[in-house]
Amino acid sequence: MPVAVFFGCAFIAFGPALALFVFTIAREPLRVIILIAGAFFWLLSLLLSSLVWFIAVKASNPENVSLQKGLLIFGAVFSVVLQEVFRFAYYRLLRKANEGLAAISEENLSPISVQQMAYVAGLGFGIMSGAFSMINILSDSLGPGTVGIYGDSQYYFITSAFMTMAMTLLHTFWGVVFFDGCEKRRWWVIAAVAALHLLVSGLSFLNPSYEGSLPPAYVIMVLMAAWAFFSSGGSLQTLTQVWMCKKNGVDSS
Amino acid sequence: MNTSDSEEEFYNERTALVSSESPTMATYTQDSQLPGPADTETKEGASSRLARGTAEREPAVESEDEELTLKYGAKHVIMLFVPVTLCMVVVVATIKSVSFYTEKNGQQLIYTPFTEDTPSVGQRLLNSVLNTIIMISVIVVMTIFLVVLYKYRCYKFIHGWLILSSLMLLFWFSFMYLGEVFKTYNVAMDYPTLVMIIWNFGAVGMICIHWKGPLQLQQAYLIVISALMALVFIKYLPEWSAWVILGAISVYDLIAVLSPKGPLRMLVETAQERNEPIFPALIYSCKRTIEYSLPVSEGTVSLPFSDEETPQSNGEGLERSQEEPENQAFMGRNRTYSAEEEEERGVKLGLGDFIFYSVLVGKAAATGGDWNTTLACFVAILIGLCLTLLLLAIFKKALPALPISITFGLVFYFSTDNLVRPFMDSLAAHQFYI
Repeated sequence: MPVAVFFGCAFIAFGPALALFVFTIAREPLRVIILIAGAFFWLLSLLLSSLVWFIAVKASNPENVSLQKGLLIFGAVFSVVLQEVFRFAYYRLLRKANEGLAAISEENLSPISVQQMAYVAGLGFGIMSGAFSMINILSDSLGPGTVGIYGDSQYYFITSAFMTMAMTLLHTFWGVVFFDGCEKRRWWVIAAVAALHLLVSGLSFLNPSYEGSLPPAYVIMVLMAAWAFFSSGGSLQTLTQVWMCKKNGVDSS
Repeated sequence: MNTSDSEEEFYNERTALVSSESPTMATYTQDSQLPGPADTETKEGASSRLARGTAEREPAVESEDEELTLKYGAKHVIMLFVPVTLCMVVVVATIKSVSFYTEKNGQQLIYTPFTEDTPSVGQRLLNSVLNTIIMISVIVVMTIFLVVLYKYRCYKFIHGWLILSSLMLLFWFSFMYLGEVFKTYNVAMDYPTLVMIIWNFGAVGMICIHWKGPLQLQQAYLIVISALMALVFIKYLPEWSAWVILGAISVYDLIAVLSPKGPLRMLVETAQERNEPIFPALIYSCKRTIEYSLPVSEGTVSLPFSDEETPQSNGEGLERSQEEPENQAFMGRNRTYSAEEEEERGVKLGLGDFIFYSVLVGKAAATGGDWNTTLACFVAILIGLCLTLLLLAIFKKALPALPISITFGLVFYFSTDNLVRPFMDSLAAHQFYI
């Protein structure tokens, strides 16, 4: 039974990310490097925000439970802000690297476009964020234990898995939209991404009343998917073309 | 320390042999013949010989080589990410499942004689620093001994030494490892079957590593022996000593590879002068053959490349080698020739690098049940490796592969363990998401 929970939650949480990795990233070395560097940048942002939270906790009274919870919420908000700052920093780094790659290539064309880098960077952030949220929970789900024995929710594992999947995909879409906003110098886009991130994170503060956190997170994810699709050049036309191509491919093959 | 003598002896001998290996393996990246400079030199030589100058070809070919170098640079990075990741995965999987490698029962190597079971923190710190000094001095002495042997061409001695040491690794350590795995999973096994398995594994390994074998099999064996060695280090090095040793060996690596009188640098340079591969058992190499055609316009073509590299290795550590098996020269007028050359480019990483990366990640996995720390160290080491390869592409000479990765790894280990872990645990307890 625990093994079933482990595999189920693992595939729910990491299935889409793994599929995206295997089908779009694994074959291109440059994309793999950008993915891992994106994960590294997310890690750096987490490190700095944990440092701030740690200092705040050490400087406060450990007995006061509501204060500790308040500090945790502050830590989470600060972490979200810092993640977006590091996303911007990563954008700058990738732009510079892109210019370098274009300069040394023969036709002065970079082997990878900014949109592709945005997608890969977003996925890197998402995978690392998901891994850090989920891996310890997954390893605990293997061992002996009872969920919610002290009165907590029974659905801890599965809601964590769904939330992790949502966060991973959200990070990917935010990456695409964010980079696009930076490219076109639309600062309101950046502010919108940061605000949405804060909103999703804030909704999770409502846990364990999962009705307040999971469905809205998924609604936001679908909206972000549409936004990312349209901002990276997709349109209803291209969608229908994909369908037609599929049909043509099936007919002709 | 209460130890059984015979086992101690085995370990002493083993680690004596291995630590003599590890400095040489301990990473240094070397780039002997580089596409850019080598090509321009040979081309200039050629152009002076030819009727029509190749001058106008040179910049184009050079930049094309540079582009190829950098385009395939990403490929090289991935070619090293995969084995390093595999080695770390094997070590972490073993540490998490087989409890033997995390049990401390007082046995220590003779290179770390000071115990860490002391009452005070200061005493423990002092003991770990002393252990580190002893270990590093042993490594330095062994490296210098090896370099001296190499300089005076005592090849038989070195080869015998290496064969003996890989024999130990492939037979004795894998026997131990298999025994512990069987114990953990309660698998019943009889001695004849075991002898068959170990004999086949060891014999094929010896052939693949020291003689000839399919490249992927050789790579697999090198990964396995690095993992086995890393597991031994994780088991037998005391806690604090292990971390201090990791730090100290990165510093040593930096000095040994970059300073003019460093032993590793002298080793590499001697091998380069003599144009021979160093030690086949100590380097992981990933080779790839690429074909490219250089269309050449009227008048010239000479692309004489001198073949200076042998497939196996040139220097230990990280290295980019280029081999061109053919010398071709064409003279043509008013015609275009395309010269197709097969080029083997490979990056090489010393086994010591694999071992110490895996020791770091394995220790992160061993201490505490936190997977986040392990993951953070893993990402940090990969990024360090990436940066090292970038520096290799820029500087085009032997570089130590340990310092950057180990520094990142150590920083991330301590900060994730002490700062991020409580934060993420509190967030997970309340199910907050960031």
